[in-house]
Parts: sequence; structure tokens; C-alpha cells
Amino acid sequence: MLELADVHTYYGESHVLQGITLGVGPSEVVTILGRNGMGKTTLMRSVIGFTPPRRGRVSFKGDDVTRWPSFRLVARGMALVPQGRRVFPSLTVKENLDVARHGRGGRWTLARVLELFPRLGERARNRANNLSGGEQQMLAIGRALMTNPDLLLMDEPTEGLAPLLVREVGRVLGELKREGLSILLVEQNLSLALSVADRVHILSRGQIVHSCGPGELRSNEEVKSRYLGVA
Amino acid sequence: MSGEFWITQAFNGLSYGALLFLLASGLSLIFGVMRIVNMAHGSYFMLGGYVGLSVVWRTGSFAAALLAGALALALVGVGMERFFLRRLPGQTLGQALMTIGFALIFQDLALLIWGGDPYSIPVPATLQGVLTAGALRFPVYRIFIVVVAVVIGAALWLILDRTRVGAMLRAAVDDREMAQGVGIHVPRISFAVFALGAALAALGGVIGAGFLGVYPGADFEVLPYAFVVVIVGGLGSLPGAMVGSLLVGLLDNFGKALFPELSYFTLFAPMALILALKPTGLFGRA
Repeated sequence: MLELADVHTYYGESHVLQGITLGVGPSEVVTILGRNGMGKTTLMRSVIGFTPPRRGRVSFKGDDVTRWPSFRLVARGMALVPQGRRVFPSLTVKENLDVARHGRGGRWTLARVLELFPRLGERARNRANNLSGGEQQMLAIGRALMTNPDLLLMDEPTEGLAPLLVREVGRVLGELKREGLSILLVEQNLSLALSVADRVHILSRGQIVHSCGPGELRSNEEVKSRYLGVA
Repeated sequence: MSGEFWITQAFNGLSYGALLFLLASGLSLIFGVMRIVNMAHGSYFMLGGYVGLSVVWRTGSFAAALLAGALALALVGVGMERFFLRRLPGQTLGQALMTIGFALIFQDLALLIWGGDPYSIPVPATLQGVLTAGALRFPVYRIFIVVVAVVIGAALWLILDRTRVGAMLRAAVDDREMAQGVGIHVPRISFAVFALGAALAALGGVIGAGFLGVYPGADFEVLPYAFVVVIVGGLGSLPGAMVGSLLVGLLDNFGKALFPELSYFTLFAPMALILALKPTGLFGRA
């Protein structure tokens, strides 16, 4: 589904990603862990085309998509739930969902997204900037699903959410995984991340320093304390 | 001062504001979607007037002049966007300098083609004349300008507020990068907005040539007005452009009528005040 080969990404002179190689298979959930500032969001930006890599190669469904504009990637079946949600503040909830529909046939329709997030239906005519943080997160996920993706990039979907809402996001993630969606997930919440992941990569200073299955990481106290700051 | 004075001046301000709206709405939308400060926007106004003039000379048709002016400048705008500005993505200063370059080139070209004499576009007979109500006199042509602006403003509002394409455009104004990240073809929207903005400015130019005339320097004469409208109303906001145009039209007219020696002051002092109190303009967002 998605392959990154020796990806190097810069912000100006700053060399943020220093040779990332990883893959996400069909129906696979791959989680990226790591402390803040280690390049997790840059990794997502490199994949979706916001900050294209300077060196290396991103391929998606067999195409070299390294310098594709984002809208073309979305048309091919990639979608992003960005860090900080980034819903369109002056659009209503319904408009936020509508503008992401692009005639790519698929399972996700407005009705199904509202079924997954009933709260969005109740607030359909509200402007997105009047939503609570949790509702905005639901909207950001719903908006990405409206594009009918085969690969979903999720950048810290539980950031700043109350525990109840974190569980809600966990439920949705589990559901999407059961549907067979491929997911590349950046997440700070370790227990949530491990509960859905098939494979875990730990990012530190722009490099992958450890890769393993979720079960192994659960018991590997050394890696957890060294790279994630959890005891 | 009599009531007639106030009504007449208010009407003149309203009709001038209507003309400014045609000019400034496109400037505002172009900035909103593309973050380009288009210094050549006044040139579209002037060149629209000149193209309209030539068409009237050839065909005698005012309607043809409106159509030809709008179409010709839509092509010019699209050419600028597609072949030049798009090559400097995200470089705000570079793009602004490029549009200044275009404005200067257009100025010289206009001088070369149409010479230095001022002209006026002859207005069709149906739009001449004056409506009188008691002691009040309303030139039909100025009523026509207001009607055109209201119709275009309503159409723009319906498209922006009520259609999916309009929502996509507003999404691109809100967050251009994320708009592309949900699959919106933002370059196509930029293209359409540039065409529309240039066409509206040219339409304003043809109509304006009917009562202000068209002459060398008209481009840089109207440009500050358009910028005041956009800054007061809020960059990228259509309601802002509507309210801003009306405000600037009225301020300018009353300023010139009441304090002729202070006319720039009455225009720019309120702008400075609004900016100080609300830096994003009346309808703008940070």
C-alpha cells in the first residue's frame, strides 16, 4: 500500500527526517511513537505531500508519488487527519464533510459518517469553529473518511481530548481497522496505540530507532523509558 | 445644508461604492485564495475601459463592450496566474513585485495603443437621462451601476455561500494546504478566481469609463481605493468587500463634498482607525 524508502525531509536548512524507511501493508495499522519534536508530524507531511522529501522515495499503490500534489494523492486514495484537526472554521459541519467528497466511489457517504458520529449530525448546520475540541476531532476524522481512502494517515487524533473522548477515538479506530482500512498512526497515548497497532516504529531525531510488534514493546521497559519517557 | 444635499451625496457615494465593489471583490477573493497582493488589479480596470472603448468605436454596442472587456481581461488575468505567479508559490513578496511589474508594463502598453488623451465611452440612450423626484435628481447611469453591483454581489454571494464549489473556495481561503489535503484541486480554484476577479474589475472599468472616463493613470488612481475597501472589509471576505465598498464610497463622496482639501484624510483616517481597532478588518479573520 505505502512504501517509504530512505526519505529525507528538510525545513529550510533543518534536516528533520534522516532516512526513513517503512511500509504499511493492506489492512495494516502501523503506529509511529516518539517524543515531541522527533519528526512524527514531518513524516506525515512528507507522505501527504505538504512537505515533499528532498531525497528518497514515497510510493503508494505502486506509483512513485514523491512529488505529487496532495489533492492528487487524495484522489488516489490517501487521506489525512492532521495534527491540530484543522477543520475549516468558516464552513459548517456539513460543508466540511461535503467539500471532501470527490466522487471516488466507496463505502463512505455522508449518511454513514453521521452514523459513525451522531453528534456531527446534530451539529450539521453549526460552523466548525463553534465546535468543541472533541467534536472537531470527530469532524476531522469524518472529513477524511468522506474521501473514501484506502490509507488513512492520523496524526495524534487523541491530542488534548478528555479520557472519555480518547476511548471514543479508540472505538472508531478499532472499527476502521475491522473494515480493512490501512492506517498510519502517530499517537502519544501508548495504550491506545498498542491496542490497534500491528507494527510499531519508534522515531527519535528523525530516524527510526526501534521497530517491533505491539506485544514486544509492552514488555520492553528499556525501550519505553529511553525513547518514550514512560516507566 | 439641505436634506437634498445629503440625499444626493449619499446616492453619489452609493453609486461610487457600487463601482468600487466590482473592482475590490475580485481583489479580495484573489488575496483570500492565493495570498497574492495583486498590484495589477487597477490595470484590469483601466485596460477593461480601453478594450471597451475600442469595441464601442468598432461596433457601437455598449453591451458588446462590457462583454469584450470582461473576457479580454479574464484572459490576461489567467495568463498572469498560470504562466507567471504560479511559478512563485508561497513567495508573497516576489509575487507582489511581479504584479507591480505587470502594472507598469500594462501602463506603457495602454499609452502605446490608446495614446495619452482621455476618452469617455458613449453611454446608450436608455442609460442617459435623469430621474427626478421633487428637487432630487438621480442620473439613470448611476442607478444602472448600483443595479449591476447588486446583481453581481447577490450572484457571488449565492455561489460562495450556497454551493459546494463556493464551500471549496472558502475552504481554500480558510486553510489552503489542508484544502488540498482533503482533495480540493486548489490550483483550479485559483485559476477560476483570477479569471473572475480580473473580469469583474474590467467590467467595472468599462462601466466606469462611462462616467469617469478612461485615461492614463486611471489604474493607479483606483488601486488605493480598492485596497482601502479590502483592508477595511477584511481580506478574502465577500461581505467585507460589500460593506467596505459602501463605506469607502460614502466616505470619499462626503469627504470631497464637505472637506475637499482633506479628501485623502477622510478616506485613510477611518482605515487607519479600523486597522488599529480590528487589524483583520471588519469581516476578516486572522
